[in-house]
Amino acid sequence: MLISDGVPTIEDIIKITPSDERFAQGPVAIVECFQEIPCNPCVKACKRGAIAMPNDINDIPVIDPELCNGCSLCVSLCPGLAIFIVDKTYSKEMALVKLPYEYVPVPEASQYVTVLNRAGEVLGDYEVVKVMSGGKVNMTYTISLTVPQELVMEVRDIKVKE
Amino acid sequence: MLGAKVLLVERDDIPGGQLVKQTHKFFGSEKQYAGDRAIHIAQMLLDNVESNPNIEVWTNSTVLGIYEDGVVTVEHDEKHTKIMPKRVIISTGAAEKFLGFPGNDLPGIYGAGAVQTLMNMNGVKPAERVLMVGAGNIGLIVSYQLKQAGVEVAAVIEGMPTIGGYLVHASKIRRAGIPVLTRHTILEAYGDNKVEGAKIAEIDEKWQPIPGTERDIPCDTICLAVGLSPLTELAWQAGCKMAYIRELSGHVPIVNDDLETTVDGIYCAGDVCGIEEASAAMVEGRLAGINAALSLGYITSEAEELRKNAMDELDELRSGEMGNHIRNGLEKLSGYRT
Repeated sequence: MLISDGVPTIEDIIKITPSDERFAQGPVAIVECFQEIPCNPCVKACKRGAIAMPNDINDIPVIDPELCNGCSLCVSLCPGLAIFIVDKTYSKEMALVKLPYEYVPVPEASQYVTVLNRAGEVLGDYEVVKVMSGGKVNMTYTISLTVPQELVMEVRDIKVKE
Repeated sequence: MLGAKVLLVERDDIPGGQLVKQTHKFFGSEKQYAGDRAIHIAQMLLDNVESNPNIEVWTNSTVLGIYEDGVVTVEHDEKHTKIMPKRVIISTGAAEKFLGFPGNDLPGIYGAGAVQTLMNMNGVKPAERVLMVGAGNIGLIVSYQLKQAGVEVAAVIEGMPTIGGYLVHASKIRRAGIPVLTRHTILEAYGDNKVEGAKIAEIDEKWQPIPGTERDIPCDTICLAVGLSPLTELAWQAGCKMAYIRELSGHVPIVNDDLETTVDGIYCAGDVCGIEEASAAMVEGRLAGINAALSLGYITSEAEELRKNAMDELDELRSGEMGNHIRNGLEKLSGYRT
């Protein structure tokens, strides 16, 4: 359970998973922020106003999947590294996941990396397709990788071989 | 900012407190620089201090005492120096708590703050394999930073049944492969003249180890992140009335809404008033500064507004579920005011 081991449950994830119809339309942000903490940079990060906190900065962010176009700007701006982009329209077999990354070494495009689920378990080796630097101030990388469709809601971290 | 002259006395060789070694991004709102890394916030604040002609900074200098006649004594430039400020703001922060267990005097047992200093200030890899004790924000964040520095974290253990820090921090290290074990305690550290491992066990509701759950964790470092205590020596010595408030993590000076203590002209801000997040500490520092300046007659058209903004920001930061204990603590504290 999230509160006792840091791993969100299936129920937690179902609550924040967009509909199949929305997934069919293209990339969308998955906000895995389940606790009321005083924090709101994601709201400011979204230029389309897709992330809202109706009351104040302690709210759990609410995403409007219809307004979100999966641009991934919020991924590197969330201080909790809790936002991911999922694109199930990448190809028939493969889906794209974008995740925040702050370790060394930084992988390169077309490199294969070990992918991990929310519990840190290895799910296999898959290909990085794009690496976006957050720049000198932000410093968080956004890594895009292709994984089988059935793993795209599981893969949440990577391990890069030295 | 309001025109008063300020002498900033810092025991360390650079001001900035804990911010200068915190590499993670801050939470809060943009008013507390949320999303910026603490090291960058620290640099921005230091630049502001340096470029302000009204602020003088003494580093490597220790305030020794605050006396009834208003004299403050400081060890500065290896000399015992007396100063006579019109107002004093104590923002001494907090100290890490220690934990009693067999073997806790072995070399290789650190406070999490010390490990952070070694890594992020001195560029020293502090360990090869660490056991982290405590799943509050410090334990979680320092575990993440250890992982970033290429150190293996064997586990984060926590006596409470739930994670005390932000769950996003816990999820971040968990998906990187670091187990977070709640309801676990350290039974002992062992090793020949240095830490070579730890014995841990699961505990029951009465915090007693459950037989058969003992586990051996080989590691060369044990990192303690089991809470902070307000560093209140100066407030005690200055004669400020103190109160023990569990929710604020110990004895704290009794302050009013202006953050002024029971001694006229002495203010407190930050963790010395009770352990809280750094974003709140920064706002309290600002608020104490504004109030001290106002009380000296540095009243500008914007001062009242700045004061109100700071108080609103504190209310907002404390308004959620994570602010419950702080609000309860402050409520208790207000009961001690005369």
